[in-house]
Amino acid sequence: MRSGYLHLAERLGRATVSGLDEMGFAAHLLGKSLYWLVLGRRRRQPVRLDSVVAQAFEIGVLAIPILTVLTFTIGVMLAIQGIYMLKTFGAESRVTTGISLSLVREFSSLITGILVAGRSGSALAARLGTMTINQEIDALTVMGIDPVRFLVVPPLLAMLVMVPALTLWSHLVSLFGAGLYVSAQLDISMGAFAQQVLDALRLADLAHGLSKSAIFAVLITLVGVVNGAAVTGGAEGVGRMTTRSVVQAISAIVVTDMIFAFMVTR
Amino acid sequence: MNGAEVSIEVRGLVSYYGTRKVLKGIDLSVLDGEIMVIMGGSGSGKSTLLNHLLGLLSPAEGSVRLLGRDLARLTPMEMLDLRRHIGVAFQSGALFSSLSVAENIMLPLREHSDLDRKTMEIIARLKLEVVSLAGFGDLMPAELSGGMIKRAALARAIVMDPKLLFCDEPSAGLDPVVSSSIDELILRLRDAMGMTTVVVTHDLDSAFKIADRICVLDDGEIIALGSKDEIRASSNERVQNLLNRRSEEVTLDTDAYLRRLLGES
Repeated sequence: MRSGYLHLAERLGRATVSGLDEMGFAAHLLGKSLYWLVLGRRRRQPVRLDSVVAQAFEIGVLAIPILTVLTFTIGVMLAIQGIYMLKTFGAESRVTTGISLSLVREFSSLITGILVAGRSGSALAARLGTMTINQEIDALTVMGIDPVRFLVVPPLLAMLVMVPALTLWSHLVSLFGAGLYVSAQLDISMGAFAQQVLDALRLADLAHGLSKSAIFAVLITLVGVVNGAAVTGGAEGVGRMTTRSVVQAISAIVVTDMIFAFMVTR
Repeated sequence: MNGAEVSIEVRGLVSYYGTRKVLKGIDLSVLDGEIMVIMGGSGSGKSTLLNHLLGLLSPAEGSVRLLGRDLARLTPMEMLDLRRHIGVAFQSGALFSSLSVAENIMLPLREHSDLDRKTMEIIARLKLEVVSLAGFGDLMPAELSGGMIKRAALARAIVMDPKLLFCDEPSAGLDPVVSSSIDELILRLRDAMGMTTVVVTHDLDSAFKIADRICVLDDGEIIALGSKDEIRASSNERVQNLLNRRSEEVTLDTDAYLRRLLGES
């Protein structure tokens, strides 16, 4: 029994040290990324804009169709639930306020973050993992090309631009979906719905959602890179770390969202 | 080689893998323009030694000097600068799968020079011709055979006209004919470009074909170092065991291999 507890304590200790090690590595990556971003040109090793654009296309533009479907559906769903619940109190005319705040402050950025983590965060982990086991990272290093500048900074920049941009798109699409349902159910025009949305929202609500999405962008990139760089054991290892990357990124997004909401609303 | 300058100097190199001592005090000098083959069985420490020479690992004790510069004392920027004089052909080729063969070869030029794309394309084409891959630049790495990947990796390794060339197991996984052609290519490159070349291999035939000098590693120690004849004549039992393994494991007879391939008796 005693050895069982000791074994558990040892495992817990190792997991804690490993977790701290990964967080330290992520912080190191972030610091080094900022270094190359600021000083790369002076060191004659600039971050390539074409790589950033290619990543932005991959992360942002190609995600638009699935994001549109998801956020439109969530907008309609929130409208259905909102009208259903507020009807009990005879307050269904107030549904637009609830929907607008929920979508802009919470759901749009959260769904966008989760979607990008599942789509692009996993792809980043898989790509880096495959490169690690194929010695491509070593090849970059011995060629005098810093792997962080070449492989981490472009997706980080692309995420920082595209995740907030996708979140803005999510706002529009989800509110449009909600507006279609609300206008049909409550017999108001889309123009009137739009006016109610504008009346309900403040600039701070928009900033709340967008600033969260920028944090999600950094989290998704760092989690993907840390897991990709830790791949060992061939194709099986790539699969394992890719899955781990998605789980960790989504968990980090949800927990950060909660902390952010707690801090900002106090 | 007498009087030649030392390009690579390793002194008292000790390395650990976890708590296991993998290199136990390596002393090695590679002269300017020579081909040094580092040879040994699996687990002898040759890949670890190569990683130290490439600056991918830091020594626990001792030093590694490339082109007169101690790797441990270089700043990251000095290290990046030194790496421009080093070419490496990895065992797997390590070509970037998302880039075409020509783009792979142009990558070091793109990152380290101000050349325009047209000039880089011309250089890449020339390097592909050197390694007998003319016309294959537009293919993706996945479309190449094992031997072609090794050649493309060599083309990328020499694109910056390096002073030092490192080849990790250049003949691994290749049939004897292709392996022999890679050996000839390495010899040709050295003769044409005068690079100091370090080849890590466990292939004895390849080693004796290309080496000016051979360094035999066993259990993290150098057990023999010298010319091909000196290695053959070594009285060290471990060296002889390694050399005799050739007759048991591999027989490189290209003519016989071709006859067998063509179904002739």
